[in-house]
Amino acid sequence: MSAPAYEKVILRNLQDPGYRGTLAEYRARGGYSGLPKALQLQPQEVIDLVKQSGLRGRGGAGFPTGLKWDFVPKDLALTKYVAINGDEGEPGTFKDRQLLEQEPHPIIEGTVITAYAIGAHVAYIYVRGEFVEGAKVFQRALEEAYAAGFLGKNILGSGFDLDFYMHRGAGAYICGEETGLLESLEGKRGQPRLKPPFPAVKGLFGKPTVVNNVETVSNLPPILVGGPEWYAGIGVPPKNTGTRIFSISGHVERPGNYELPLGLPLRELIFEHAGGIRGGRQLKAVIPGGASSPIFTPAHLDVKMDFDSVAAAGSMAGSGGVVVMDETTCLVRVARVIAHFFAHESCGQCTQCREGTAWLHKMLTRIDEGKGRPEDLEVILDVCDNMKGKTICVLSDAAAMPIESYIKHFRDDFEHHIRGGACPTGMA
Amino acid sequence: MADTIGLTLNGRSQEVAPAATIWQAARAVGLEVPTLCYDSRVAPAGNCRVCMVEVAGERVLAPACARQVQPGMVIETQSPKAVAARRMVVELYLADHPLGTCGVGKGCELEALARRLGLRGSRFPARSSAPKPDLSSPVIAVDLSKCILCRRCISACSDLQVNNVIGLDARGFSTTISFDTNLAMGRSTCVSCGECVSACPTEALVERLHQDVAFRPDARKTRTVCPYCGVGCNVELHVVDNRVVRVTGTRESAVNLGKLCVKGRFGYDFIQHPDRLTRALIRRPGVPREAADQGDPRDCFREASWDEALDLVAARLGGLKARYGPDALGVVSSAKCPNEENYLIQKFARVVLGTNNVDHCIRLCHASSVAALIYALGSGAMTNSSFEVYSSDVIIVMGSNTTENHPIISSHMRQAAKRGATLIVIDPRRIELVNHAHIWLRQRPGTDVALLNGLMHVILKEGLHDEAFIRGRTEGFEQLGPVIEAYPPERVEAITGVPAADLVRVARLYGRAKAAAIYWGMGMSQHTTGTDNCLSLINLGLLCGHVGREGTGLNPLRGQNNVQGAGDMGAIPDNYPGYQPVEDPGTREKFERAWGVPLNPRRGLTITEMMEAMRQGGLRGMYIVGENPLVSEANIAHARAALFRLEWIVAQDIFLNETARYADVVLPAACFAEKGGTYTNTDRRVQLARQAVEPPGEARADWEIICDVAVRMGYPMPYEDLAEVFAEAAAVTPIYAGLSYARLQGEGLQWPCADATSVGAPFLHKERFTRGLGRFVPCHQRPPRELPDDDFPFVLNTGRVLEHWHTGSMTRRSHGLDALYPELLVSIHPLDADELRVRSGDRVQVVSRRGRITARAEVTEQTPKGSIFIPFHFAEAAANLLTIDALDPVAKIPEYKFCAVRVERAA
Ligand SMILES: Cc1cc2nc3c(=O)[nH]c(=O)nc-3n(C[C@H](O)[C@H](O)[C@H](O)COP(=O)(O)O)c2cc1C
Ligand code: SF4
Ligand code: SF4
Ligand code: FES
Repeated sequence: MSAPAYEKVILRNLQDPGYRGTLAEYRARGGYSGLPKALQLQPQEVIDLVKQSGLRGRGGAGFPTGLKWDFVPKDLALTKYVAINGDEGEPGTFKDRQLLEQEPHPIIEGTVITAYAIGAHVAYIYVRGEFVEGAKVFQRALEEAYAAGFLGKNILGSGFDLDFYMHRGAGAYICGEETGLLESLEGKRGQPRLKPPFPAVKGLFGKPTVVNNVETVSNLPPILVGGPEWYAGIGVPPKNTGTRIFSISGHVERPGNYELPLGLPLRELIFEHAGGIRGGRQLKAVIPGGASSPIFTPAHLDVKMDFDSVAAAGSMAGSGGVVVMDETTCLVRVARVIAHFFAHESCGQCTQCREGTAWLHKMLTRIDEGKGRPEDLEVILDVCDNMKGKTICVLSDAAAMPIESYIKHFRDDFEHHIRGGACPTGMA
Repeated sequence: MADTIGLTLNGRSQEVAPAATIWQAARAVGLEVPTLCYDSRVAPAGNCRVCMVEVAGERVLAPACARQVQPGMVIETQSPKAVAARRMVVELYLADHPLGTCGVGKGCELEALARRLGLRGSRFPARSSAPKPDLSSPVIAVDLSKCILCRRCISACSDLQVNNVIGLDARGFSTTISFDTNLAMGRSTCVSCGECVSACPTEALVERLHQDVAFRPDARKTRTVCPYCGVGCNVELHVVDNRVVRVTGTRESAVNLGKLCVKGRFGYDFIQHPDRLTRALIRRPGVPREAADQGDPRDCFREASWDEALDLVAARLGGLKARYGPDALGVVSSAKCPNEENYLIQKFARVVLGTNNVDHCIRLCHASSVAALIYALGSGAMTNSSFEVYSSDVIIVMGSNTTENHPIISSHMRQAAKRGATLIVIDPRRIELVNHAHIWLRQRPGTDVALLNGLMHVILKEGLHDEAFIRGRTEGFEQLGPVIEAYPPERVEAITGVPAADLVRVARLYGRAKAAAIYWGMGMSQHTTGTDNCLSLINLGLLCGHVGREGTGLNPLRGQNNVQGAGDMGAIPDNYPGYQPVEDPGTREKFERAWGVPLNPRRGLTITEMMEAMRQGGLRGMYIVGENPLVSEANIAHARAALFRLEWIVAQDIFLNETARYADVVLPAACFAEKGGTYTNTDRRVQLARQAVEPPGEARADWEIICDVAVRMGYPMPYEDLAEVFAEAAAVTPIYAGLSYARLQGEGLQWPCADATSVGAPFLHKERFTRGLGRFVPCHQRPPRELPDDDFPFVLNTGRVLEHWHTGSMTRRSHGLDALYPELLVSIHPLDADELRVRSGDRVQVVSRRGRITARAEVTEQTPKGSIFIPFHFAEAAANLLTIDALDPVAKIPEYKFCAVRVERAA
């Protein structure tokens, strides 16, 4: 219980036992003091300030937030939109859920700041369908914010107007992909759009739109209050600044959400913050950034958990979902489960993805059941190779990359299954 | 923007169009990038991923079909990565779609691509269960086990036709094409236009008719014009062994972009139907006309040689003329015949018979529209092109069930509405276009003038009229105010049933529009107030200056494929070709010079007036070409009695139709597929048709028959071919003067085309109206002739349905159309049906003061309460037994859209 303590940016208020995240409680702790600061600046100044902070998207791609905003045309006459991504579907990730349920007001405050910066007067939040409690809490927070004048007409007397609507998903992972989300918001079948054009230029209803993750915008009020230099001082400046919430799960003693500065070693996350491997077993593998990310082995324990270091080590920081697996885990089974997920969630547009995810699942099931054929691994790797970098969205890549990495790092598990028709770990 | 940009394609520098996609740019320099999901007519969906190419500096391959080129791009279409990706996609497909899956012969783009890539099989296991074939549609076979989910059918249905029937069900590997909510195609809202079939790259969707021969490799294709409605879609007739076995749309056509409706695509079987007339027929001596009512009407006739029949026709027509004078003869021409034949038929009437008694079905569809347009503007035609719906920001459709009667123009309108134009529908029936409309005004039948006056009232009161236009380009405006003063919205609401607020909304939308166009159909023209209705539409257009610019205009949607041309060619009693009045001495002299005979100075009789003249004995003989008045005339019983009083009738047709069977001589004619000629569609586009097959038996083209009769009557008509006829017609028809077969080879030209340098006119009245100034002719609301009462409490509205045409002689002999819509249905509102205790499918008897018919009921909210709708295609229960022969006083068009009837349950 002696994990090192770090300054918290987003989950700060939640350290108080009994904090419910109501408007009054949030304000009592300094909430909604970032917004007036933003409203006093010119929109471009807000964009520049966010750029200086170094904030990068927490939804998965880690794209610099200020830069994304800057792509939006500055034409004042154009209708623009903000869409907040609360669809959180990445397996192993459960941070946005906590924010929605326990700390909704920073999301609202951050959204108003975003809208002001790009000149949008309508914002939407897309909340994952299963988040029943989160949706309830968030709706209440919206009403509170309207009543207090943080939303609606002439916010805080600034002359700036913003309406903010909540939309609830219906159970499709692909609606978390930003253009799938926009299609779904428009009332259409949730499937990603061809890019370019990117949403910042042609997004919701054909208008320029910024899509940001729930956690990303929750960082904005503290950045405005504390200043970009303060924020950029956390983590690994200049490109991996601030904190992020790691959702640590799997075979650890203390699974949960941990807000930590970017750049701590993976070892510290697992062994100090999450209390180490459950039951004192040996670590076998770690998914470092949600199910889409290529797997790490114990050899990767010293990788620093920031965007660029994880990428340099061959994986991706993704959504911050860290899934820890001990020695009892069979990677063939993991592959099968993950493949099933992506086959189930592919929207079905792109041939490689629609057919490829299905065949991967089929072939991995065959191997898991001891019916694999010697040539299967090569066919799988060939499919994976042709699923990457060739489709409308990156779900196809996300489905292929982890499987490739499992075979690369744990080929023995697979060959054992194929050769012996049984699992080396004895997993049933 | 620069004209071209430079880039590198497969190692070579190229200059390409800056707006091109990589695929287009590659094609322009002779490189083929394979595609599967791409359809050049719609925005690329980019989902099959076979067209992926490598762009230097990009991690991700780019879809050539969707990606726009950029200056300096370095593109490899055949890089190892791109080729590997392409092969993988095809191999994945082949797992469930092995070579040989598509065997009908339509061709499968996937299999062709696989062969091109040298792929024979797949390393992946096939799926365990495949969808079963769906044969619920009589015209389209569905087999989704062959589907490659390219979604071309979806964009064909939703983006091109805007029918919105096809979608997707489920996701990922379970994704399937779905009709509505996963219904069998035949039970869905599919309208059988077949656009999906034409788009599908595999045989998942394929035509059912004549499948055994339709795709034979030796099929010949001939481009011609669809024989049905006035839209004038271009079609390719596929011919095997002198039979038309398949029809596809011409993608290059400016009219339809390859789109067709169910009639155009599947309504061709009549061409080779066994009922076709193949020999001349002469009524057996002593057999009375009514004998045709019993048994096979053919038994009333004996077959004859052409010589015998033509001699007889010439002798009898000559005899009647000698005995009673030329005006005792009448000719009905056909709006199904091309311009050349209409020209010859009217010339025959005027020159050989010596009468102006020549008319055609214009009388029954848009005579009032034409009369009003000529009187007020000077040209009797649509002022816009149908394509201009894309340039209008407000489109009003009034009294036109466009989706069923002009399907492809409706499809353009739906697309325009989808792209953002405001579509306003004004119609008592809840027609299909209402689904796409922003506002629908449901006026009571027969209250159109009041409604239009109400709109003008609001526009004037709110100052939304175009003063400069009124001042500079119109006359008679001062007379408008006092009339429309009497139509404030509240009063109009009381008359029409349209809420005053809706009226005001529409008035503002139309008044404030940048470019607004009005389209109307026979719901406006077929009334005793038809001319008033159309004049009121014109008043509205003039008031707001919405005429004479691109996207603004006044547009009657013409019925038959060549009803515009037949009128242009002078097959009307008051005008020579080109709408030149017969009663104008100077014009007459001109035609006397051209034709070399003295001409009759009296204007002739309209069809409707001819009926009256037969009754009174003034008309003794008739020559009827390609018409069926005993199904299409109003009040048929009356018309039949009149026709039976004639001494002598010759009918020239492709079938022994319900009128021809009472004739004395019947001459077998060739149908559209068996001859060439030109047809003028509803937007004045003169298009060249081409012969695809030989006529059956001894049947001959109408023009050849007419010429032979003329020769026998002493006036040689020695034409080599139709081009020569056309040249003569163009020479005397100023609006056609610049047209020739040579100039019509491509997409045709739109009249007026005054000389060989003119490129025709997409829209009319640009700087001045044809007659000079546009004329306001205010009208007051007048009631229809026969109002409902206690004995006849319902209003009868008649018209057409999508699947059938006119008197049904062609469509009911087309297998697919007949299967889709086999029998007459009387539409009735649910509340009325409840009161009568009638359910859908029950037999009802409909009775008017003139006749009665029995048919099945279809209970539907399409039809307003208090009104019933009956299509007139079904001779065995002919709607026109019921209709009233009251005429519009100016245009002599009957009131097909309004009479009083009673509905009873039938035993
Ligand atoms: C298949 C797929 C699923 C995704 N799901 C989510 C999600 O649930 N939540 C999210 O914030 N971003 C998700 N993303 C990332 C979004 O596309 C997008 O990058 C993000 O919302 C941008 O916000 P940010 O810049 O604030 O991270 C997903 C991406 C893909 C390809
Ligand atoms: S990659 Fe997969 S999920 Fe993404 S658009 Fe294509 S089919 Fe849909
Ligand atoms: S039915 Fe044909 S057009 Fe439609 S998705 Fe399947 S293969 Fe493509
Ligand atoms: S043809 Fe380009 S993606 Fe299908």
